[in-house]
Amino acid sequence: MAATAAAAIATNRFGLGARPGELDVAAPDPRGWLLAQLRGPAPTLPGAADLESTATILSHAAKLRDDARRDGATGVVKGIGAYYRPLYTGEVEARFAAAVASERPFVERLVHFWANHFAVSVDKPAVLGVAGAYEREAIRPHVLGRFEDLLFAVERHPAMLLYLDNVQSAGPQSALARRASGARRRHDPGLNENLAREILELHTLGASGGYSQADVTSFARMLTGWSIGGGRGRLADGDPGHFRFRANLHEPGAQQLLGKRYAEAGYEQGAAALRDLARHPATADHLARKLARHFIADEPPDAAVAQIAAAYRRHDGALVPVYRALIESREAWAVPFAKYKMPSDYVHSAFRGLAIPAPGQRGGLVAYELLGQRTWSPGSPAGWPDRAADWDGASAVLQRIEWAEAVGNRLGDRRDATRAGPAMLGALLGASTAEALRRAASGAQAITLLLASPEFMRR
Amino acid sequence: MSTHIDRRQFLIAAASLPLATRVVFAQAQAAGDARFVFILLRGALDGLAAVPPCGDPAYAGLRRELAIPPPGAAGGALALDATFGLHPSLAFLHEAYRAGELLVAHAVATPYRERSHFDGQDVLEGGGVRPHDYASGWLNRALAALPARSAGSRAEAGIALGQNTPLTMRGPAAVASWSPSRLTALDDDTLARITDLYAADPVLSKRLADALDADEIAQHAGMDVAPRRGAGARYGETVRAAGSFLARDDGPQVAMFDTTGWDTHANEGGGQGPLATRLGALDQALRELKAALDARWSRTVIVLATEFGRTAATNGTRGTDHGTGAAAFVLGGAVDGGRVLADWPGLGARALYEQRDVAPTLDLRALLKGLLHDHLRVPSKALDGEVFPGSGAVRPVAGLVRA
Repeated sequence: MAATAAAAIATNRFGLGARPGELDVAAPDPRGWLLAQLRGPAPTLPGAADLESTATILSHAAKLRDDARRDGATGVVKGIGAYYRPLYTGEVEARFAAAVASERPFVERLVHFWANHFAVSVDKPAVLGVAGAYEREAIRPHVLGRFEDLLFAVERHPAMLLYLDNVQSAGPQSALARRASGARRRHDPGLNENLAREILELHTLGASGGYSQADVTSFARMLTGWSIGGGRGRLADGDPGHFRFRANLHEPGAQQLLGKRYAEAGYEQGAAALRDLARHPATADHLARKLARHFIADEPPDAAVAQIAAAYRRHDGALVPVYRALIESREAWAVPFAKYKMPSDYVHSAFRGLAIPAPGQRGGLVAYELLGQRTWSPGSPAGWPDRAADWDGASAVLQRIEWAEAVGNRLGDRRDATRAGPAMLGALLGASTAEALRRAASGAQAITLLLASPEFMRR
Repeated sequence: MSTHIDRRQFLIAAASLPLATRVVFAQAQAAGDARFVFILLRGALDGLAAVPPCGDPAYAGLRRELAIPPPGAAGGALALDATFGLHPSLAFLHEAYRAGELLVAHAVATPYRERSHFDGQDVLEGGGVRPHDYASGWLNRALAALPARSAGSRAEAGIALGQNTPLTMRGPAAVASWSPSRLTALDDDTLARITDLYAADPVLSKRLADALDADEIAQHAGMDVAPRRGAGARYGETVRAAGSFLARDDGPQVAMFDTTGWDTHANEGGGQGPLATRLGALDQALRELKAALDARWSRTVIVLATEFGRTAATNGTRGTDHGTGAAAFVLGGAVDGGRVLADWPGLGARALYEQRDVAPTLDLRALLKGLLHDHLRVPSKALDGEVFPGSGAVRPVAGLVRA
């Protein structure tokens, strides 16, 4: 394969789309270009200094809630929503700017991949204000570390605990539940198995990972008490926005998970189970398949999946060796354009390839929304789907073309698509597309054709 | 040669052949005027909130503050029969029930007995028995089994409303898709060049042609495609589009769209609250869909189904967790309704499935098979074979459609 073809795969499939000049930098050693990005800690999000932490956000939200209650209860949700919306927009734009400008785009893509693996959705109002902080605090620092650390950071983060309803989940025999039933309160606290189920099904073992409903229930009992500080009533102690283990919610006693007994140990009971899940062979397989699906093909070849899973097991869940196995798999380089870009990919690669400055304001968000992928709103804890059939509907294709035309019209003659095309795609730019770019009626039309071309729709 | 046709010519060229096919077909096949809409409620709709069994002695105790009060009480359910009511937000559905145009099914389930949304939806959409049995959907395969209409024709017999085509509608039969655009129309010359560019790409060329077809129909219908805001607008454009497509004599016979947000693990609310608001928006959308279908309503069957139900008891966070037996709705002028179809297992402790869920007593496939057979005239052999493979033992429910 011509050097620029491999470089086009490195920059487009593994990266976020080649920026001008990036292909030339990657061309001498495309694999080495990727591996070099994995050295050192993951970069912090540029502009993060101007963004709030989860602790600050949830403290302020708690204060808004308390103030509103004191003033007569109405408009509580409205007030918090008004506080959360600009936080969300600011986070999306900062993330968008980072994706467009990143010089370690493979790492940036990995941040997006893991944020989607551990998806939260801003469709749930409580998550809107903290989804960005969640990605910065729980995902980003760990994408080049060990999976277990990533897993713990995620499952202890307030955004995930709120999203999957674990904050108030109480064991039926917990101190709080027993006191409540004595007092005959209108609402008895009780167990919520949402977080436990999704950890097993989505975050670790996978749906075919061999667990039962009984496992879900007992794991949910182990996780009772994994909560956050600064709630209301009996949950008022602790600081808002920080993980807090609440012994009074925790179900006492030993539990069974996947045939293993976990003695009662408070927080440590759930933590021990989570550590075991991170090491479970089914987890290695599940993660390997998801990575291979994202980077190789919708239906990834078993050989590549097996290699990646083996690296996970051999290195005890250290993620850099896992990525190395991915990069070194022959299959990842064998078929150009095996992946249809999802909308966020499509937008990032257009901005990178045409060197369009990040638009600021709500520019990134508007593009994502138009193309059907509003950031952090996959609508379910499974995250955005990762197969072509989920994204290449007729109307979605037309919408992409219409967006491409809007970009072309905006840039007009300020970019030369006949130069940008080869700079983005190298030897993978097809002859008929190159010909169409040369014969375009205007600079704007050439840009539209480049962005609408079959080559640019895929990676 | 470069095909510099403008968009209009392109569409006329694309439409002329199937038009002739359609005319011939209309004379030959009277069943062709029947319409079928499938609405998938993703996330597991709480059947015990949407269709509360107020007459079940265990209901109020299990549901506590989520219980819908019985008919007649303040904020109570809308009465269906001695056992069941409808959620008070479902006023239009209740009108339809009283007009004999709504059939409510309860304790319904697909063959899936685990509690993963994604696998549950996969079984419901694929029409198989286990997750990932099929890469195509039952409704698409039902379309493929219909006689002649779409054979050798570009006139798709089905349309998916939304940016992408859900599994239910994927498969061998050609289906169109449509969703509103918020961008201005494309330049004709650019569009022609892109069509050229896609000539060697079977997937993209097909997608683009389908999208342009659907767009043209929507424009002819003079549809208001400007985005609207506010409660109740959630599904407005989609249902108006669905109605416009289906109302046409040469329109598709089958439409599908999906809705999300039914996964009510916490703070679900009872007669009022988040779920009530969402049900109200859905009810309003169905009212608009009936209006958009106009005269076609009398020949329409609409099915609303979800992947599984939710736990019988309220959970610890004022919501409900993933369950089994669910409610489903069959709505439309062609429906022989005004009744509840349920072999109700009861909510007593011993009656619950795995001590937690409504026990399923009706296979959703039996309902769908009955409707596909009696309404769309899908042959029995195809229903037992390609559409719901291996479902021969699942007898279709008869008499769901007016004779």
